[in-house]
Formats: sequence, C-alpha cells, structure tokens
Amino acid sequence: MTNQGILVVAEIAGGKVSPVTHEALALAHKLQPKLGGGVAALAIGAVSDAVAKSLISHGATKVYAVSAPGLAAYSPDAYVQVVQQVIAKANPRLVLLGQTDIGRDLAPKAAFHLKATLTMDCVDLGVEGAAIRATKPVYGGNAQAIYESAAALHMATIRPKAFEAMPANDAAHGVVEQVSVTIDQSKVKVKTLEMKKEQAQGLRLEDAPVVISGGRGLGGPEPFVKLEELAKILGGAVGASRAVCDAGWQPVAKQVGLTGKTVTPDLYIAVAISGASQHMAGCSGAKNIVAINKDKDSSIFKESRFGVVGAWEEVLPAFTEMCRELRGA
Amino acid sequence: MRIICFAKQVPDPEVPAASFKIDPATNKAAPVAGVAPVINGFDLNAIEAALRLKEKHSATVTVISLGKNLVQDVIKKPLSMGCDELILLQDDAFEDGDAASIAEALALAVKKAGQFDLILCGRQASDTDRGQVGPAVAELLGLPCVTLAKGVETGEGTVKVERVVADGTEVVEAPLPALVTVSNELGEPRYPTLRGIMTAGRKTPTVWTAADIGADPGKVGAKGRTVSTVKLFIPQVEKNCEFIAGENGADAGRKLALRLREVKLI
Ligand SMILES: Cc1cc2nc3c(=O)[nH]c(=O)nc-3n(C[C@H](O)[C@H](O)[C@H](O)COP(=O)(O)OP(=O)(O)OC[C@H]3O[C@@H](n4cnc5c(N)ncnc54)[C@H](O)[C@@H]3O)c2cc1C
Ligand SMILES: Nc1ncnc2c1ncn2[C@@H]1O[C@H](COP(=O)(O)O)[C@@H](O)[C@H]1O
Repeated sequence: MTNQGILVVAEIAGGKVSPVTHEALALAHKLQPKLGGGVAALAIGAVSDAVAKSLISHGATKVYAVSAPGLAAYSPDAYVQVVQQVIAKANPRLVLLGQTDIGRDLAPKAAFHLKATLTMDCVDLGVEGAAIRATKPVYGGNAQAIYESAAALHMATIRPKAFEAMPANDAAHGVVEQVSVTIDQSKVKVKTLEMKKEQAQGLRLEDAPVVISGGRGLGGPEPFVKLEELAKILGGAVGASRAVCDAGWQPVAKQVGLTGKTVTPDLYIAVAISGASQHMAGCSGAKNIVAINKDKDSSIFKESRFGVVGAWEEVLPAFTEMCRELRGA
Repeated sequence: MRIICFAKQVPDPEVPAASFKIDPATNKAAPVAGVAPVINGFDLNAIEAALRLKEKHSATVTVISLGKNLVQDVIKKPLSMGCDELILLQDDAFEDGDAASIAEALALAVKKAGQFDLILCGRQASDTDRGQVGPAVAELLGLPCVTLAKGVETGEGTVKVERVVADGTEVVEAPLPALVTVSNELGEPRYPTLRGIMTAGRKTPTVWTAADIGADPGKVGAKGRTVSTVKLFIPQVEKNCEFIAGENGADAGRKLALRLREVKLI
C-alpha cells in the first residue's frame, strides 16, 4: 500500500497543545490535497478530551491517542517505538513535528530508525510531482536550501512560527482512536534521572507582544535590570543573544536565535546586538525590529525598521523615560 | 576508556552576512578571501567534554573528520588541544553526502577504529544547521543516543548527561557505549597550548579511503544521498531602516519613543 496523508506528532505541555502543533496541522491541511489521505495527529501521554478537541478544532480529522505507563514525560527510546507503531498503522507519506527540544531529539531518532528521509527546521514545505520539497535555513540563516525527497515516508520538523495556525473551528469533526502500543522496555536505554526546570517569571518570551533583547555590547549582567524596567513599561519580556547567555549574564532560556527561542512579537527591540544571522534566525519574524547600536554599519540595522546609532548608556535611559511618560506607566 | 569525537571543518560561521556568497558551481558557500575555515564550534565543545573526561579518567581521545580541502592547521586543532589521534576520511567517493551517507561513512570508520566507550559529537554543524549525523550514526551502530549535552560524566559502564531543554535542564543516564551530541552550554573549548601545538605538529593523521573502511560506494557521498538539494539561495531581507537622529544620544532616544508612538508601536 502506498503511503498517504500526513501525521502530526503533537506536543503537549502542561496539559495544552503547543502552538507549533497547531501550526503543523495548518501546514498539513495545505499539503493534504496533494498528498491524499487525511490529516491525523498523534498525541502521546495522558490525552485529555481538551487536548483531543484542540487538535481536531485546529485541523486533525483523526487523533491517535496513546497512553501507557512511562509515556507521560518524554522518553526518546519509548517515544520512537510509539511513533513507529502508529506510523505502521496510519501509513502516512509525511510526518510533521515541531523544531523544539523534543522534535530536535525525536525526529532524527525516529527517522533513521524507520529509514525515512528527514529535513529539519523547515520554513516551507511543498509537493512537486511525486516529491516533497522542504526549504530550510542553512549557514546560520545566511542562505536557505531546498531539499527534495521522493521516499515513501518523509519526516520534517518545522520552525516554530514559520507557519500560521488556523483559527479553532469548534464545529470540526474528528475521530479519536485509542491505540495500545507495546513498549519493549529492554530498548529503553536513555533514562531520565532528574528535571531541573527554571520557572519562567512573568510573560513567556515566545508569547510576549514586545521583546527587548540585550547583547554583548551591554558589557555585563547589570544593564539587564534596565531592560527589565523597559519591558515592564511596554508589557514585554526580555531576551538575549547567545554571547550574553554564554557569558552567564542571562539564563540560557532567554536566548533568542537559531539554537534558542523563536520569537515573533509586534515589536522587537535589540539593544547592543550586532544582528548575526544566527541571532536573526530567532527574531526576523518580528513585525517590527528596532535597534540601538553604536556602530552604524552593524548588520542589525539591515533588518530594522527603526534605528538609533548611539551608545545604549545614553540612548536607553531617555528612551525608557519617554516610554514611561507616553504610556503613563 | 576510549572516546571518539567527530570534528567537521566548516566555513567560519561568524563572517558578516554582507560577505556571504554562494558558489553556483558547487552549490555551497563560496570561500571568503582571507577568512580561514574553522572546526565546527559544537564539535570543539564535544572535544572539550572529551578532554575533561580524559583528565579525570585517563582516557584516549580519537578524532574522526570527513571532508575535502582540509586545512592542516585547522583540522589538527583537536590534537593541539590534547586529543591523541586523528583519522581523516578523504575520498572523492565521500563528497557531497547528506546526513545518511555521511553517517554511513563515519559509522564504518568507528567500526574500523576498534573498541570504544563513548562517541561525542556536535549538536549540529554550523553550515548544514542539521543536527542529524549524530543520531544517524547512533542508529547505525545500535548505540543509545543523548542529544544537546551541557555536561557529560561517565561512571561504571554508564554515561550521565545534563541536557539542555526548553526551560532548564534534564539529567539522563545511558549505558556505555553510547553517543552524545554536545551543545555550546558545555562551556568554552580550551585553547591549544604551545606544547600541544608542538606535539600536534609531530603527529601524522591516519587517512582512510572508502575502500579502507569497506564502504559500499552506493551508500556514501553523493551516491548514498536520500535527500537531494534542489537549490541554495540567499533570501532577500533588506529593509529600509529609518534612522532616528538627535542632538545627542538621549535626545535620539526620546525621539525614537515619540516615533514609535506615532506609528502606534508603543
Ligand atoms: C552554530 C551557531 C549557532 C548560533 N546560535 C545563536 C543563537 O541562537 N542566538 C544568538 O544570539 N547567537 C547565536 N550564535 C552566535 C552569533 O553568531 C553571534 O556570535 C552572537 O549573536 C553575537 O552576539 P551579540 O550581538 O550580543 O555580540 P556582538 O556580535 O559582540 O555584538 C555586540 C554589539 O554591540 C554593539 N555595542 C557595543 N557597545 C555598545 C554600546 N555601548 N552601545 C550600543 N551598542 C554597543 C556593537 O556595535 C556590536 O554590534 C550562533 C553561532 C553559531 C556559530
Ligand atoms: N564531515 C564530517 N566529519 C566529521 N564529523 C561530522 C561531519 N559531518 C557531521 N559531523 C558530525 O555530526 C554533527 C552534526 O552534523 P549535521 O547533522 O550536519 O548538523 C557535527 O557537529 C559533527 O560532529
């Protein structure tokens, strides 16, 4: 039987379907006419009615729900077995995951195990004749490559926020099928001993309508207090460049970029950030970028709508004060 | 203990976007005049992890690198940092592979290299930005695989890894032999010492061809690809930046806020 249709491996965090899963479902919908079959979602762990409903209202016509002991939290060797067994049942042509910490780990393990072809961190996917075409940034975002696969089974991870989710349609119909899987425990080699979650304070970086990010040019951790102050006035969150996180001035969870978070706020204010392609990979989807940098030739200005050439020590306090006044905060 | 590291020579990823060009003949980044290639940054983090283990547990570290036009000074850097042995996979048959076909060659080389306890490699190469070769090698060799390490510690027949996850870290354990991909959160790779550079200078890398590792020519390099490249292009992003000037920095800052209010951004 030739493979048909699309399977989206859902990500569920804190009992909720992650936005990137909704984005994958929207993409699946777009590709479905050319790939035949349907749009299905695979939900692993404790799959609540709300989760199933959220998947269906965002485009899944079928939900494969898999719950078994040991699947509540991500375990790569167990999840690979689940994905394998559900793929054997659903026979999809294309499997989509998010380019998240789980997708980054699970997609290559599952794909090479199943001898499927794989493209990761895709910003576009299409169908060209009998082949699937995937566009992904390479060379740190300086270029993009289009790859093609004619294999019976292709897997892809999509970059968060590269595709737009469809609005929830509460009238949509879908079937939920409980699938029982058998996990061969002797193949579960990688075992989690401990989770050290840092509770994010306030607004999540990925959800903030305004993001103020600081770079190495700030010179140390202290100036981030000033960025926090500005973020409070504007109702935003603070991010950072990798140089800053590497130096330990901010936690890694604040890193924006290729190997950090992807943000698409209405307003992204980059303070003392040079705008390296790997940084822009995480923020170029922002609707408006504003840069404060003392070097007028800095790359950041090439992607900015507004810019001030100047030292942040002079520009930022006055900017913050004026924002406070204008916002009456 | 024997540790194997993978190291890839890549174009310097920090070249400014303005000097980045594509060579249409090779469908790859064109070399930038005067800018030398480097070892992939995450691979240096993996080597740093290996050397920390070497210091603690007296391990030997073997580095395997597949590539063409390798620059001696660049590719020997792991030796000058303190690694013991360097194996180069050099053959036209290895050229232009994708993750599957590069992994095939690396896995065969690992088998030929003999007994080992741990493979450490980078989380992703900074040219492909792919993050696939590590897990692919693990699958071919039937090894447990842990990705995105910021800390690696070995115990009796096990490896304990602190992994970077979305909002913090996670500690996992796997039996040895295993493959671990390493991220920059591990910390800065050490600089080669003068003595290290001298020792490296005296060492000759082992060179293996496709025949040496017993590769099926249809499974490595361009012939072994499962995914083909249709096109490589530079996306156009140029926006016209409106520069806000003022009498001084503070004045410009105030004017910026006023302008942002005008366009309803704040
Ligand atoms: C594979 C790979 C992945 C990467 N992933 C990421 C990633 O996810 N996120 C990321 O951010 N980076 C990433 N990087 C690193 C990236 O290439 C850059 O090195 C990094 O973004 C630089 O950070 P920066 O702009 O803060 O520092 P710098 O490049 O050092 O820039 C500092 C800027 O501050 C300005 N400045 C200095 N003093 C002042 C002042 N007083 N007032 C105003 N401006 C001032 C300077 O003009 C300069 O433009 C990655 C690199 C690689 C190779
Ligand atoms: N040609 C190569 N030679 C040695 N190691 C490689 C090569 N290609 C990839 N690797 C290793 O695999 C990792 C992931 O590569 P990639 O899947 O291309 O992102 C790299 O960080 C290297 O450690």
